[in-house]
Amino acid sequence: MPTRGFALPSLAAVLSCIAIVAIVAGGAPASHAATLDEAVQGLSAKSYKDRAVGVEVLAATGHPRTIPILEAMAKGQLFVRKADGVLVIGHKTGKVYSLTNALDGSAVGDARKKELKKVKVNNRLRGVIKATLGGLTLLSDDPDQREAAAAAVFAARDAGALETVEQAIAREEDPGLLDQLTLAKAAIETSPDFPLDVRLAAVERLSESALPEVRSLLASLSQESEPDAEVRASAAEALDAVERDLAFWNLLGAIFQGLSLGSVLLLAAVGLAITFGVMGVINMAHGELVMLGAYTTYVVQQLFRDFAPGGLDYSLAVAVPAAFLVAGAAGVAIERSVIRWLYGRPFETLLATWGLSLILQQLVRTVFGPTNREVSSPSWLSGAFETATGLVLPYNRVAIIIFSLLVVAGIALVLRRTALGLYMRAVTQNRSMASSMGIRTGWVDAATFGLGAGIAGVAGVALSQIDNVSPNLGQAYIVDSFMVVVFGGVGNLWGTLVGAMSLGVINKFLEPFAGAVLAKILVLVAIILFIQKRPRGLFALKGRAAES
Amino acid sequence: MGVRSVLVDLLAGNRGGQILLAVLLAAVVVVPISNLLLPADSVLHVPTYVVSLMGKYLTFALLALSVDLIWGYAGVLSLGHGAFFALGGYAMGMYMMRQIGDRGVYGHPELPDFMVFLDWKELPWYWQGFDWFPFAMVMALVVPGALALVFGWFAFRSRVTGVYLSIITQAMTFALMLAFFRNDMGFGGNNGLTDFKELLGFNLQADGTRVALFCASAAAVALGYLLGRFIVRSRAGRVLVAVRDAETRVRFLGYRVEHYKLFVFVLSAMLAGLAGALYVPQVGIINPSEFAPAASIEIVVWVAVGGRGSLYGAVLGAILVNYAKTVFTGVLPDMWLFVLGGLFIAVTLFLPKGIVGTVPVFKRAGVRWRRRPGRARSPESAP
Repeated sequence: MPTRGFALPSLAAVLSCIAIVAIVAGGAPASHAATLDEAVQGLSAKSYKDRAVGVEVLAATGHPRTIPILEAMAKGQLFVRKADGVLVIGHKTGKVYSLTNALDGSAVGDARKKELKKVKVNNRLRGVIKATLGGLTLLSDDPDQREAAAAAVFAARDAGALETVEQAIAREEDPGLLDQLTLAKAAIETSPDFPLDVRLAAVERLSESALPEVRSLLASLSQESEPDAEVRASAAEALDAVERDLAFWNLLGAIFQGLSLGSVLLLAAVGLAITFGVMGVINMAHGELVMLGAYTTYVVQQLFRDFAPGGLDYSLAVAVPAAFLVAGAAGVAIERSVIRWLYGRPFETLLATWGLSLILQQLVRTVFGPTNREVSSPSWLSGAFETATGLVLPYNRVAIIIFSLLVVAGIALVLRRTALGLYMRAVTQNRSMASSMGIRTGWVDAATFGLGAGIAGVAGVALSQIDNVSPNLGQAYIVDSFMVVVFGGVGNLWGTLVGAMSLGVINKFLEPFAGAVLAKILVLVAIILFIQKRPRGLFALKGRAAES
Repeated sequence: MGVRSVLVDLLAGNRGGQILLAVLLAAVVVVPISNLLLPADSVLHVPTYVVSLMGKYLTFALLALSVDLIWGYAGVLSLGHGAFFALGGYAMGMYMMRQIGDRGVYGHPELPDFMVFLDWKELPWYWQGFDWFPFAMVMALVVPGALALVFGWFAFRSRVTGVYLSIITQAMTFALMLAFFRNDMGFGGNNGLTDFKELLGFNLQADGTRVALFCASAAAVALGYLLGRFIVRSRAGRVLVAVRDAETRVRFLGYRVEHYKLFVFVLSAMLAGLAGALYVPQVGIINPSEFAPAASIEIVVWVAVGGRGSLYGAVLGAILVNYAKTVFTGVLPDMWLFVLGGLFIAVTLFLPKGIVGTVPVFKRAGVRWRRRPGRARSPESAP
């Protein structure tokens, strides 16, 4: 038995204990080599070595009581009652021990310390017990327990568990668990006790995983302390392969985070792409319309809390149209009351809408207070995809990426395929001509602005899931979203999409080297320089429209 | 003689400018007498905090004037002028930090408190020289000017105009704000520079120093006004107005539009830097919030309220809006943003020419009213 097997990491121990406590009533394999009665006798044998054998015999019975007995033994709570030689589990309560029969778990009264003889364990024996317990739960019916046990076996790398692992591999049907079990098996087989070809095959198997534990195991195998040069070389090679893998997954992770940031920028900017891009209206209150959307989400959620707590998880489904309507209505009101007097005067529009943004902020601050409002995430959005390679993709981030793309697709459809979209494009391209063709241009203006504002509100629903809902929410996004629109090219949805995503990714790639704030500064400076070079953005409109 | 004729030339037929200079002159005479010579219980005594407050308004007036110079005459709406103002302020702040010497909390002979706190061992290279007042003052003008030069050179050369320019100037000040928030920048991070003790050896808390700063601010506004007026009345100034009204046409006529714009942009940035340098000793602090985009856009509304394209209108607007701000934030702090937001909207919708531009409208209306038919027959209006 390799000595390394006894240095059991505490995490694994805790995991296996948790798993064990839960399994007591669980079914066990039916291969009763010896009866429980006979098997427990071995536990109180004279020498530690014999007790270790006893542990293995007991484990082989597969009896459900095996687990509590072994657990008690590892903790030093297993006793023999001197009076009748019955094996009992004792918990100290005050001065006396309350006893339960080890074999059936029934209470058998109290006893003082001198009436009992403790079944002593040393570190070596304790290691055997834990490995055995890990092996036992490998055969559990509960996949979570099997997973925890596989992790424990991997960490312990005890050759004694090999047989159980193989048994578990033969039974396992879940591919993910099977992967973990074969890894655990390979980890055991890297021990110098095994023949060279088995060890090399094990290293080969380990090189297929990028888990941090596997990496540290491979690293220790590639050290000088490893006696066999061939294993050392192979482990070093495998380690290299794993590191390369890991770099790849890190890259994917950075891209994902970049896309996630990009989708947030996209949501914040896409409404602007309509009001600024299509109508040419600089709406500095755009961020506040986003904020209105976020507060609408909050209000909808509060209403659900009060009147339909059961549907809380689905409040977002109500919040999206509600936010669209609230922000859209605010947008139409803004357009009809202020902006329509200012068409063709971009500076004035900018100032007036800035004034509106101040008013909206203060309004929300007065109504809801200056502090953050808590918007909870529905249960189906909490949690994350986790790959075996350490890549974590939170559901809410994934949902926002998908949502932002859906929103863009929806807008593209509206602009290209509906009558409203046709009118919008007609009015922006040639207002007087459109008017002569009988299009009510004023109405179209209001609808277009309302659409852009409504989209801003919808963006607010998404942002409420990942950001603080406070009166300053909009301010945080206004500069960024203008940057996106200008960078991508005004009047171009595709440009906004590409602009937002590339800014997000660039930002996340800079962050490891420069830190979050400096990365943001660098991106801003880069955009400023970029605009100097291509004043019309990434995807400039060609032809006459570009000159206006 | 030459100066006098230039002055006469600049002010002839310019009622607003005449009034502005007269008011400034009067203030420079009256305020010191009232604050320093009259006893504190006199009705005419102006308390020192009021002097500082008015001094602050005057630095804002100079800042507004610098914005009007480019927006009102060259048609360049900068939403980043707060950055130039703040840079000038930081230059002055650095000088005054060095003046503290070993009287800081940590008593370090060389390093300002925040550097000791960050465990820095020596002064960063860019702090060298700021213990010398003339150098600091030159920097208060040169640093904003240089930033404007580089930024404007890129922007105007590639013909970034209109709201695009506004948006990237906003991005510029936003980026600077983020940068100055960083402790690593060596400008005190979040807290900025504060706890100043003296300026040129004069105690900053003393009445005399406050009054002197007020007078300096008033003089700076007067000189800034005359300089601006001189420029807009020059040939170059007329080209600028032409650029504002029809940029492409001016370009086709053979003018290097970007050169004119760049010149006035840099000059305006330096004026803003000067305003910042005068602002900081009067309020006693400079921190990165001066770089906030909201602060810069507020300057624009001062100009809009006063009336763009007259220079004195900007001064009037800055003082009025800031006085309103002082009143409201004192009495109804929650209302101020409503008022400010309402101002933005009201000015753009109803007063596109600002207060100054609207006075002639009233005058004309008054003339029409006096000359309305039948007026001569009405007995009560007979002279």
